Amino acid sequence: MISQHYPVLHVVLPLIAAPVMVLARHGGIAWLLATAVSWSSLAVSVALFAQVADGSVVSYAIGNWAPPWGIEYRIDSVNAFLLVLVSLIASVVAIYSRESVAAEVPREQHYLFYTMYVLCLAGLLGIAATGDGFNLFVFLEISSLSSYVLIALGRDRRALMASYQYLIMGTIGATFIVIGVGLLFLMTGTLNLADMAARLPGVTETRPVLAALAFLTVGICLKLALFPLHLWLPNAYAYAPSAVTAFLAATATKVSVYVLLRFYYTVFGESVVFAALPMGGILLALSLAAMFIASTIAIFQDDVKRLFAYSSVAQIGYITLGISFDSATGLTAAIVHLFNHALTKGALFMLLGGVALHLGRIRFRDIGGLARVMPLTSFGVVLAGLSLIGVPGTVGFVSKWYLVLAALEAGAGWLAALIVLSSLLAVVYVWRFVEVAYFREPSEAVSRLKEAPPSMLAASWVMVVGCVYFGLDASTTVGGAAQAAATLLGIGR
Amino acid sequence: MTVAGHYSYWITIVIAMAGLYIVIARGNLVKKLVGLAIFQTSVYLLYIAPGKLIGGTAPIVAEGFAVYSNPLPHVLILTAIVVGVATLALGLALVVRIKEAYGSIEEDEILGQDPAPPGRTP
Repeated sequence: MISQHYPVLHVVLPLIAAPVMVLARHGGIAWLLATAVSWSSLAVSVALFAQVADGSVVSYAIGNWAPPWGIEYRIDSVNAFLLVLVSLIASVVAIYSRESVAAEVPREQHYLFYTMYVLCLAGLLGIAATGDGFNLFVFLEISSLSSYVLIALGRDRRALMASYQYLIMGTIGATFIVIGVGLLFLMTGTLNLADMAARLPGVTETRPVLAALAFLTVGICLKLALFPLHLWLPNAYAYAPSAVTAFLAATATKVSVYVLLRFYYTVFGESVVFAALPMGGILLALSLAAMFIASTIAIFQDDVKRLFAYSSVAQIGYITLGISFDSATGLTAAIVHLFNHALTKGALFMLLGGVALHLGRIRFRDIGGLARVMPLTSFGVVLAGLSLIGVPGTVGFVSKWYLVLAALEAGAGWLAALIVLSSLLAVVYVWRFVEVAYFREPSEAVSRLKEAPPSMLAASWVMVVGCVYFGLDASTTVGGAAQAAATLLGIGR
Repeated sequence: MTVAGHYSYWITIVIAMAGLYIVIARGNLVKKLVGLAIFQTSVYLLYIAPGKLIGGTAPIVAEGFAVYSNPLPHVLILTAIVVGVATLALGLALVVRIKEAYGSIEEDEILGQDPAPPGRTP
């Protein structure tokens, strides 16, 4: 039965497809393969999600070596949720990428682009699926190395420098993670995360374990771009090819958030991280800083992609804010925002990619009156922008609602006020786009623009419609997130 | 256990800090990568050194082999070395491209060539 191999199938498919693409040396075939692989990964992930929806755990022993000796793939409701998210975004972006990549990447590099794309997908799915600490590091590096290449393919030469800086900071982050895993390995003698969790309580008071927690926290926060470790993110997102920005913005940081959750709740347990240590307070302070400072910086950006990149840093602040509450509602808010923000930012960067097709860099002074010539794109950006703000009827509202609930539950009314206040900053930067696109006369250059090709527009609008659909009917996403939160808290105790 | 008894950890820390310092302090892109490689090397030592037991043998199930050194760290680090090589190779390839695009591999000269985007600092 193939279905018993599902936990590893969605990782193996893209890994096998990558060398085939290199051998085929043909952009069209590579694109077909990448699309097929992403969609089959999505199908597998959805099947897994349905399988673990009741809170059960699927364990898969690679090569039939029983855990904890062999590498175990362990799917529970937390990572099944994430697998669906990552493969869903990958599938939509794969459809989108054909026209976008054709315009932005030299023709002879197309097959290599798609090779890197599926490798990055394999890495991200692998991080989510694996139950082994060292395996996690290896997949982290697979996804990181391929994303450095993808970013460097941007048209602007600044993409090279952005990729280099990301490589330096990303490698430092990954090395910190591997130091943390190493210290835990030294203390427990196991790399299997579940086994590690069972053995840690005997040694939690020792210094190596605390050092491991510190290394893991800093390393993972570098990868998830928690303020002030976000410096690699704005340039990387701004200068990467549009399809890459959309894919990475929607998935890479989200997977890192998952890794943080996994280590905090499953491996260390919340009593170690939040009760004995002031991690909640630290995360809270950094999240607030991200929400306010990054949003403020975003307001003053001239480049639209950079603006939304800084907004990503701010939105990550909301996710970590949810984690810092250490409550079921807070975790639900964090996980649901993971999904919602991925949809929103995916939609935004995909729509902007349609503009970038003709313009290259998108600066506010170049897109005055854009709504006249690209009405569908502009309207999509406005809808996704409303979701960033958190207007009722969009996914952003659902996340903010649960965040505010969690804040009130924790007895911090002032925090609820700050969440609303920081949303007002989002109003300012989204309004900047509305003002420029709708209330200015199009210049001659702008009036020559036309809507993006149908495949790009359709893929982008799938995301925009998702933003509204899951905003109106949040039962699937919130249900999945609540189940995931319950799983995390259940194992942690 | 004395301070000297932990000497392998001291060496690990010194190597790690030396590498990290080079990454931060040097403006030359190649030197930064060298620092990064040194930093990663310290992790290899962190994993390998505790795997060795004094008087331990290879892990053989037979008479006379009671104490053995753990072979797992070596296998892990073999993987980590491969990852490190790939990172270094990709980093150097990027530096080559940067040199072609900017004509320099000094960070400040490169950043000076592109006008700093507004709003870089709050």
